Amino acid sequence: MGSRPSQLARALRMPETMLVEALIDVRNNRLDAALKRVDALLAVKPDFRLAQLVKGDLLMARARAIPTLGAAQAPADRLDDLRAEARARFARYSLQPPANRVPRYLLQLEPLQRYAVVVDTARSTLYLFENRDGTPRYLTDYYITVGKNGINKLREGDKKTPLGVYHVTSELPRERLDAFYGSGAFPISYPNEWDARQGRNGHGIWLHGTPRDTYSRPPRASDGCVVLANEDLEELKKRVQIGLTPVIITDRVDWVEPAVAKALRATLNERLEGWRADWESRNTERYLRNYARSFVADNANLAQWSAQKRRVSLGKEWIKVRLSAVSVFLYPGRDDLAVVSFVQDYASNNLSNKMRKRQYWIQEGGSWKILYEGAG
Amino acid sequence: MTTYRIGVLAAVLLILAGGAPGWAADDYQEASRLFKDGRRTEALERVNAFLAQHSKDARARFLKGVILTEQGKTDEAIKVFTELTADYPELPEPYNNLAVLYAGQGDYEKARRALEMAIRTHPSYAIAHENLGDIYATLASQAYDKALQLDSSNAAARKKLALIKELVPAKGTAALARAEPDKPAIATPTPKPETPASTPAAKPAPEQPGQAAAEKAPGDAEATTAIVAMLDGWARAWSDNDADAYLSFYAPDFTTPNGEARKDWEASRRQRLAKPRKIKVTASSPRVKFADNTHAIVSFRQSYTSANLNSVGTKSLKVVRVGDRWLIQQELIEK
Repeated sequence: MGSRPSQLARALRMPETMLVEALIDVRNNRLDAALKRVDALLAVKPDFRLAQLVKGDLLMARARAIPTLGAAQAPADRLDDLRAEARARFARYSLQPPANRVPRYLLQLEPLQRYAVVVDTARSTLYLFENRDGTPRYLTDYYITVGKNGINKLREGDKKTPLGVYHVTSELPRERLDAFYGSGAFPISYPNEWDARQGRNGHGIWLHGTPRDTYSRPPRASDGCVVLANEDLEELKKRVQIGLTPVIITDRVDWVEPAVAKALRATLNERLEGWRADWESRNTERYLRNYARSFVADNANLAQWSAQKRRVSLGKEWIKVRLSAVSVFLYPGRDDLAVVSFVQDYASNNLSNKMRKRQYWIQEGGSWKILYEGAG
Repeated sequence: MTTYRIGVLAAVLLILAGGAPGWAADDYQEASRLFKDGRRTEALERVNAFLAQHSKDARARFLKGVILTEQGKTDEAIKVFTELTADYPELPEPYNNLAVLYAGQGDYEKARRALEMAIRTHPSYAIAHENLGDIYATLASQAYDKALQLDSSNAAARKKLALIKELVPAKGTAALARAEPDKPAIATPTPKPETPASTPAAKPAPEQPGQAAAEKAPGDAEATTAIVAMLDGWARAWSDNDADAYLSFYAPDFTTPNGEARKDWEASRRQRLAKPRKIKVTASSPRVKFADNTHAIVSFRQSYTSANLNSVGTKSLKVVRVGDRWLIQQELIEK
């Protein structure tokens, strides 16, 4: 839910706030005040390149009129990059997550997931949410950089940032990284099962920091990774849980009333419970009706899966299935696709096991069906 | 209050007008003449002699600062002008010359502050304005370089600012000064401790102290060459399947890729290199970035050609100087 940013969040926003306030000074023709502010900012953040550009302009403005931000004689693309950062930061300055709204993707967090990350690529912003009894509560947000060529990653090397539901898979400490990645890196689970199904490929999509001499990078500059200022990454580091923290990347966050998310969450939980109960009932045909026509598991299509289930069911006298640690995420950009993860505790007369599972549910003919199922 | 201020001002102007007793005033004139003739050492002696008698005299102190500046004794000159700004904050000239000295050291921010002070006291002061314009342009260009990561070879843009050579009293004030002819140095404006007549000769300042410091970066061409040579040797040893030579390129504190024991890592490398195979490893387009004089990161294109695999990729190694050799300390992760 929307709420006021914490003191820490405000402190981390200080450089951006000072920069934007200097730009506002410029707009109001208070050039001396603007220069003082930029000088003060650069005293703390000398690596803030955009601030250096503004300073250069303010000094040049004492000699002649400056038509636009970036009066330097320099390659146009570098100036454009910094102008884009100025626009992004200006937009972020007045940005507040809408009060009492949640991103529609975070339907349900499991108890162990203490935080969730939602990236809004259009707003150059990474939102951090805290898990409050399964629903997200806004904590703070950070300026980020995404792929040079934008979003919707498709191919290895296309320098685009993927859109989808991912999670942090590991942590690469600073000591083992090239200095280019700054204070650390968190690889995420791109390509996921849905990506693979669509033929998307590539690898090595990370959340990572910036080189030591670079406070921030332009909005579009990475090879597809999501890049944060080192100090922001340090804050994120304190909260990220390897293998658990969801990272949902979307081109524009869709904020909805909590009631909307709650309704969809209830529907999907109901469907999940239906699947579980059908499995326990040992009525294999009813159980198989939970699966979509286009279902694919890691090594089987629906026909193969069904045949295997029918074969196995012959030996079953009883089945007990318990589900726990359920998380539910709606896929960004799609109203008809959801990622459901849980711990499945399975027991039967001849086999028992406990595993983490991930299912993709899709709406087919007006009802939710399982599109993919596998270890999660 | 007002009276006091006028009194002080009068005294200052008196000093500026050279109202000191005869023979000493001649010392000043002589110093000034010697300086104009380019005889700086003698000029400095004369002005010091004069200051021994009139330690507060602004004009003489100013001249001393100018002589020291031209002698390249930047630190001493800065001291003289700084004390002048403290004693006579209303005079723009010492600020201007301080700015000239700071700019010469490459400290444009300090130069800017000094000039802004000069202009605050005398808004119509033309030289300070011109100098400040140059400083603004230089600072702007520096900021742009940092903003846009341009090659900061703008050393050429290091402006030589105009030094003011002499304190000349403004017109129309001399009369005021003459109004109180008999109180020359008594009413000097501040009770600050006196500057010793001759500043103890500090160690001779380097010719261009600022420049040396500004351009000092760790590492040099020689170290770069050594690192590149090491890289070639390492690639060759690898290509030649020469395990001993190959391993000798790794530093004693080498961080093994997966945190395994050095012994185990070496064993696995020996095993790999012992297999009879035909490979060729080359390292090209190396770029070296120094962290300090004994640590650097070298990035290069590594091409690996074997029967089964041809690969080309960029690779980065953390290298460390151990004695007179550069060795590999860590192989950095690449995507």
